Amino acid sequence: MSLTEAPPAPAPQPEEPRELKLRKPSTRKRLVPYWLLLPGILWLVVFFALPLVYQASTSVQTGSLEQGFEVTWHFQTYVDALREYYPQFIRSLLYAGTATILCLLLGYPLAYLIAFKAGRWRNLVLVLVIAPFFTSFLIRTLAWKTILADGGAVVDVLNTLHVLDVTSWLGWTESNRVLATPMAVVCGLTYNFLPFMILPLYTSLERIDGRLHEAAGDLYATPATTFRKVTFPLSMPGVVSGTLLTFIPASGDYVNAELLGSTDTKMVGSVIQSQFLRVLDYPTAAALSFILMAIVLLAVTFYIRRSGTEDLV
Amino acid sequence: MPVLRWIRRNLVVIAGLLTLAYMILPNIVVMVFSFNKPNGRFNYAWQRFSLDAWKDPCGVADLCGSLSLSLQIAFWATLGATALGTMIAFALVRYRFRARGAINSLIFLPMAMPEVVMAASLLTLFLNMGAQLGFWTVLIAHIMFCLSFVVTAVKARVMSMDPRLEEAARDLYAGPVQTFLRVTLPIAAPGIAAGALLAFALSFDDFIITNFNAGSTVTFPMFVWGSAQRGTPVQINVIGTAMFIMAISVVLVGQVIAARRKNNARP
Repeated sequence: MSLTEAPPAPAPQPEEPRELKLRKPSTRKRLVPYWLLLPGILWLVVFFALPLVYQASTSVQTGSLEQGFEVTWHFQTYVDALREYYPQFIRSLLYAGTATILCLLLGYPLAYLIAFKAGRWRNLVLVLVIAPFFTSFLIRTLAWKTILADGGAVVDVLNTLHVLDVTSWLGWTESNRVLATPMAVVCGLTYNFLPFMILPLYTSLERIDGRLHEAAGDLYATPATTFRKVTFPLSMPGVVSGTLLTFIPASGDYVNAELLGSTDTKMVGSVIQSQFLRVLDYPTAAALSFILMAIVLLAVTFYIRRSGTEDLV
Repeated sequence: MPVLRWIRRNLVVIAGLLTLAYMILPNIVVMVFSFNKPNGRFNYAWQRFSLDAWKDPCGVADLCGSLSLSLQIAFWATLGATALGTMIAFALVRYRFRARGAINSLIFLPMAMPEVVMAASLLTLFLNMGAQLGFWTVLIAHIMFCLSFVVTAVKARVMSMDPRLEEAARDLYAGPVQTFLRVTLPIAAPGIAAGALLAFALSFDDFIITNFNAGSTVTFPMFVWGSAQRGTPVQINVIGTAMFIMAISVVLVGQVIAARRKNNARP
């Protein structure tokens, strides 16, 4: 899955299909790509790009729903929004970051299993990874309420093993409770975005030539060394796109925080939602979602630079 | 310690299967609780076995209405996004033209943005235009965010296509339309199907963008969301289970057919 495209390169790109050019294409023929692009691109411009412009303008408006809003270049809204809701921002990034790391740790073995060890079970396991997409994710998230319920089996086991003592000391849970705590929210986020981590990981692992593993073995590399020096570096594109596909939606999610958390675990998505749909304070809501977008885009750019894969195909 | 050695040797398999169990666990809970008969309004604790919900899946007001609305929206959104997305994918892979980089970024951005940002900005557009929120605004939004995913899926397939097959068709005096319908389209079909399937799943399951742009229209995810506050009917679990089983059987049947075809083609 290609996640980012290289910036417009002047040099001809290698993946360009070869085409026999016997004569110069006519004008009508040269316009073909534009006609193909027109409807879809128009759709994206009108319903994706233009709304962002509207939102930018909304964020610097003042007024109220009764009197109407007016553009007054009131940038103070941004400062106020950040000052009031910075805990939610930090929490969102923290939860999304933790969930992403957990997704990577949990997802890698499974992707590896599907790519190299599953054999004839491969398709069945893949189906089991993808099938949840077709069951409403809200229903499945609600199921976590049952699983993590107070006095339920999971809480009992964690209690017996004294895990909850440690986690509540760390502030992840509250005495003998998992539901309505940060741990429940992170658990839900991890669960919901795992397929987005596993599929790109699997795609990039699957492309690795098995003979490379044999070669590493022939050169006396232990399995651990083979993994560290061969498998993992070659799976980097999958790691990067999986991380992005997990972190970006998780940072804006409010479903898990609302269904599995409490008022102390509200993420920035919930704030944007309630400002827009309940409080009807459009400028603050618009400013909040712009700040979220900026943070995410900055984080993504930084991450892509650091991981050194500019072109993720 | 042979047991410890066995665990060490199969560590990856064990960890992978544990993750798989973590992913399947909620589906099993949903399935089990579809046979529950709860005492109160909420279906969170096991009371006693009953087939009531399975006998009467539409027994809750608005549930099946919302389900059919979601299916309709998903159908039209899939159709729209697949048509527009396939055209874009072909243009991007098969032609060189100016603004290709800009268009690539425009396709990429909707996937690199938190859903809540897109949802909120689309709402500001609709509010400014004075549009009536409902079926049409939801459909517009769904086509918008499914488009990029379709383009990515179709592009991957078209890229790996050998253009010489089309040249060969042209050499054999096939017209452009004939070449497209009998050579290009059949080869690109798996990519288009994958894109369409993805679009359908994304649209059917979307909550955040729908939540912002639906007004008082209730899709199935909106119904589930509302019921989480008011009390969840068991029928929700029935529908969740049915969807899970249907998805698995559709894919498995597809696998069997594909395997058959392969076997038939071999001798």
